[in-house]
Amino acid sequence: MAQFLMLLHDSPTDFEGMSPEDLESVIGEYVAWRRGLEERSLLVGSNKLEDEGGRDLSLVDGQLRVVDGPYSEAKEVLGGYFLIEAEDYDSAVEIASGCPHLRYGPRIELRRVDTSVH
Amino acid sequence: MVATLTRILGVSHLSLAEDAVQDALVEALRLWPHRGVPDNPRAWIVRVARNRALDRLRRRGNWATKAAQIAHTLESLHEEDDTPQFASELRDDQLRMVFLCCHPSLGRDSQVALALKLLGGFSVAEIARAFLAGRAAVAQRLVRAKRTLRQGEVDFSIPSPDELPARLAPVLEVLYLMFNEGHGAHEGDSLVRRDLCREAIRLTLLVCDHPVIGSTEADALAALLLFQGARLATRADSDGDLILMAEQDRSQWDRAKLRQATLLLARAGRGERLSTYHLEAEIAGCHAMAPSYEETDWHRILECYDALHAINPSPVVSVNRLVAVGRLQGAAIALAAGDRAGDWSRLADYYPALVVHAELLAENGDSGRARREFSQALELAASRPVRRHIERRLAALSLP
Repeated sequence: MAQFLMLLHDSPTDFEGMSPEDLESVIGEYVAWRRGLEERSLLVGSNKLEDEGGRDLSLVDGQLRVVDGPYSEAKEVLGGYFLIEAEDYDSAVEIASGCPHLRYGPRIELRRVDTSVH
Repeated sequence: MVATLTRILGVSHLSLAEDAVQDALVEALRLWPHRGVPDNPRAWIVRVARNRALDRLRRRGNWATKAAQIAHTLESLHEEDDTPQFASELRDDQLRMVFLCCHPSLGRDSQVALALKLLGGFSVAEIARAFLAGRAAVAQRLVRAKRTLRQGEVDFSIPSPDELPARLAPVLEVLYLMFNEGHGAHEGDSLVRRDLCREAIRLTLLVCDHPVIGSTEADALAALLLFQGARLATRADSDGDLILMAEQDRSQWDRAKLRQATLLLARAGRGERLSTYHLEAEIAGCHAMAPSYEETDWHRILECYDALHAINPSPVVSVNRLVAVGRLQGAAIALAAGDRAGDWSRLADYYPALVVHAELLAENGDSGRARREFSQALELAASRPVRRHIERRLAALSLP
């Protein structure tokens, strides 16, 4: 069994104009999907990332440059992740395709954890 | 939740309350899938919304002036939020919101839009669809309504007992309108908008159950809405086509709603005042409680329409009354009565009246005139199920 990381990207306009009732039902969808993963013992871990206060590090002319960001107003920000177990990419895609985020967010990035022995 | 936030922040910050609840809901959406749903989800939302709102106020520089006020309310908002106490606070906040939305300084359209937005939790787009208005127009109406409330320095409270009768009347009217919009759905594709009906019933029952606000008129309105609501599932078939009462499958009517309606109608009868809601509820009850269409108590219905007409001599009541007259005394007499009263001409732009007229004419053997009335109705009717129904009637009358 392999592990796959689902990276959920958010955009600021994702839930604009939705009524409180609709939002409540979307919350239900996400929670139910996660519960489904747990019931099938597919969930290794998950976390939400803090909205603000991120840092971007780079070296510029040998000097450390630390910039605040990303900001939640940016077009696409990484919001959180789910680490799941699956046999292969096909299975992982099948699991991830059930995630409500596909309908409400811009995209989900799916990457296999590299466990190769060199 | 918007109601509770409005109580904390004040009527002048209605939009802030709405935005704060929205923000909190999105935050819940992003967090709960990872952390799980908290024990008291509503309390969580209110707490987060409150904090978000305070953040915004602080950033706007309003903090200094609001500090004392809000600090006091912060303390009174229980962190633990015991469920029964929180639930009853929430309910009272909802009632305060009902009265706010129906404030007399607002026009009827604004009252309805505000009630749908703040109480029903409808989005601007949904409200626009319900009333066939443009989204921008609805948004503008809401902005103006909130400004009116702000400038009028309206407070967020349940009216005092002497103010109550006057303040309750618009509330009942708005709820009645909301239900009718969902029930008839004069425009659009679907005949019944269940969410509007359900919301109207929920809010009316909220009013009824309150020891101070509750009144026999509210009970009567609730009975009326429940009698109608019990039949919602059978108003349209799977294609969305209209099913007439004579053809509805009565076994599918919601027995629980009918029971509740009957109890409320009885309770409504204990007062001294007879309102139009009492009479309309009685009529709806006659229809809803009849074991079959053939066993409908048309005598009682006609009595009620006579009383209703005495209080409210509108042409619409007149025409509905003529349906009962037609059942009891025959189409010819009903037609003559309508001609004498000038009902048909007064309602030449109201397609349901044209349909009643057409049906009576058809029953009386005057297919030519019936077809003309149906055609006229077709020009005016905008909802697809109603149009399809009228087209079918026209087709049936055109058969040799």
